[in-house]
Amino acid sequence: MADMVKKATRESYGEALAELSSEFTDLIVLDADLAAATKTGIFKKACPERFIDCGIAEANMMGVAAGIASTGKKVFASSFAMFAAGRAFEIVRNSIGYPHLNVKIGATHAGISVGEDGATHQCNEDIALMRSIPGMTIINPADDVEAKAAVRAALEFEGPVYMRFGRLAVPVFNDKDTYKFELGKGVTLREGSDIAIIATGLMVNEALNAADTLKAEGINARVINIHTIKPIDRDIIIKAAKETGMIVTAEEHSIIGGLGSAVADVVTEEYPVPVHKIGVNDVFGHSGPAVDLLKEFGLSADNIVATVKKALGK
Amino acid sequence: MDELLKKQLMVTACKVRMGIIEGVYNAKSGHPGGSLSIADVLTYIYFHKMHIDPKNPKMADRDRLVLSKGHTAPALYSVLAQRGFFDAEELKTLRKIGSRLQGHPDMKHIPGVDMTTGSLGQGISAACGMALSGKLSDDSYKVYTILGDGEIEEGQVWEAAMFAAHYKLDNLVAVVDNNGLQIDGKITDVMSPMPITDKFAAFGWHVITMDAHDFDSIEAAFNEAEKVSGQPTVIVQKSIKGKGVSFMENQVGWHGSAPNKEQYEQAMGELEAALKALEG
Repeated sequence: MADMVKKATRESYGEALAELSSEFTDLIVLDADLAAATKTGIFKKACPERFIDCGIAEANMMGVAAGIASTGKKVFASSFAMFAAGRAFEIVRNSIGYPHLNVKIGATHAGISVGEDGATHQCNEDIALMRSIPGMTIINPADDVEAKAAVRAALEFEGPVYMRFGRLAVPVFNDKDTYKFELGKGVTLREGSDIAIIATGLMVNEALNAADTLKAEGINARVINIHTIKPIDRDIIIKAAKETGMIVTAEEHSIIGGLGSAVADVVTEEYPVPVHKIGVNDVFGHSGPAVDLLKEFGLSADNIVATVKKALGK
Repeated sequence: MDELLKKQLMVTACKVRMGIIEGVYNAKSGHPGGSLSIADVLTYIYFHKMHIDPKNPKMADRDRLVLSKGHTAPALYSVLAQRGFFDAEELKTLRKIGSRLQGHPDMKHIPGVDMTTGSLGQGISAACGMALSGKLSDDSYKVYTILGDGEIEEGQVWEAAMFAAHYKLDNLVAVVDNNGLQIDGKITDVMSPMPITDKFAAFGWHVITMDAHDFDSIEAAFNEAEKVSGQPTVIVQKSIKGKGVSFMENQVGWHGSAPNKEQYEQAMGELEAALKALEG
C-alpha cells in the first residue's frame, strides 16, 4: 500500500475552526491554556477577538461555555480529553448536558496515543463518561477529512456535542473530494460477510489494514466506521450482526463503556451475536512513544487479525 | 430611597416570603432558610433593577440573573411569580411530579429562569459566560448572580472570580449572601471562607457590603455597583438566614427542612401580620 499522508485530528480541528471562523461569525472558541497543543491556537491566529483563554481552570471554562451558549452564540470549549470529560465531568453534566445547551466540546489528546506524558494524560474513559449524559452527541473522527467535516457538522447541529481528537498523526484514508459526513450514520468501508469489524477513531485505519490481511487469507471482513458513537447507528450494527453473525469492535478507549459497549448494547437487545472487544483492557497506560504503546496495548491491525481468527476458530 | 417605593418593595418582599413558605410547606421539603435571606435582594433586583418582560422571558437584550445558590429556588420561583412570569398558585406544585418547579432551577421549563443551577459553584461561571458574551457583541444587558457564603468554599467560584476580573466584566454583579450558616453549622466552624470581602478584593473585584434586609442599604449598594467600570462587582450582603419567620431566623436546622402544619400556620400568620402592618 502506498504511504498515506498522515495528520493528527487535533490539527484538523484547529484548522477547521479557523476555516469556519468567517462563515460562523458568532463562533467563540475557549481553551484552558492548551491552545498550542489542542491547536485552537490556529483559530486564535485567524480570529483573536473571538478566542478566549480561560487559563488552567476547566470547570469554569465549561460553565462559561454554557453561559455563552445561553445567549445564542456558538461556542467550542477545548482542552485535553482528560480534563474536558474527566475533570469537568460534573460541570458538563449539570451546566451543559442537563439544560441541553448548544456547547461543543473539542477534546484532544484522547486515548493512549498521547504517548510520553503517560497515564495521567491518557484518557481512555471519556467516551464512557460522555455516553452516560442524556442528550450528549459524541463524535470520534477517524482521520483529517472526517474530523474537518465533523467540526462543520457539529457547528450546524443544535445541542451539546463532545468531539474527540488525537495527538498522533494518523493516515488520511478518506478522500476529501468525495467524503460526506452524516451525523449519526455509520460508514461501511469494506463489504464482507464472514465477520464485521466495527471501529472508531484511529482504529478505523487499522481495521482496514486488518481486512486486507484477512482477505489474503480468505476471510471476508466487513469494516464499519462508527464516527458518531452517540446516537449510534443501530441499523448498520443490526444489519452487520444478521449478515455476519460475529462482531469485533476496535477503539482507542477502555473496553468499558466505549464503542464496544455501545455495540454490545444494540446487539444484545436486537440480535445477539458474539461481540469481541478490542480496546484498553481496564488498565492504566504508561509513558512511551505512541506507536509502541498502540502495539503494546493491542490497538493494531495485527491484533484485530488475531482476534478475528480466534473468534472464527481459525 | 423614595419612601413609597421602599414600602412597595417591602410589601412585595413579604409576599415573596409567603410564596417561599407556601412552596416549601406544600413540597414537604426544600430550603426555606437561605431562600428567606435573599428575598429582599431578589425583590429589589427583579422589581427595580432588571430590564425584563414577563411576557417575553427569552427577550434577547434582557438582563439576566443566575441563582448560583440554586437550592434557594423557592425564593426565585416566588419572586418570578410575583413579577408575573407565572401564576403564584403554581408555587404549591414545587418539587412535585409533573411540576415545572423542580427542586433546583430548570431553565428549559420555567419562564424567567436564565440558567439551570443547583450544583454549587457552577452558576457564577455561567454568569461570567453571559457577561463575556454581552461584552463581545457590545450588548448592554447586565448579569446578576447570587452566591451563598457556604457555596464560595467551592474552588470553581474562585476560577470564575479570576476570570471575571481578567476579562473586566463590569456588566456582572455578584451578590454573596452572608447569612453565616451552612448545612453542617456555622461557616466559620465548617470551613471558613472569611474574610469574604478581602478575598474578592484580592481577586480584582470591586467590593461593596450591605445590609440584606434594609432597602436603603440595598439601593446604595446597587447604585454604587452601577458606577463601577473595568472590573466586576461583588456585593457581600449581611443577612439573616430564615429572615421574616421568627422561629427560623439564624437557625441552621431550617437550612433544608419544611415546616409542619402548625409551623406553617405560625409562619404565615407572622408574615400576614407583617404585610398588614405595611399596608396599614
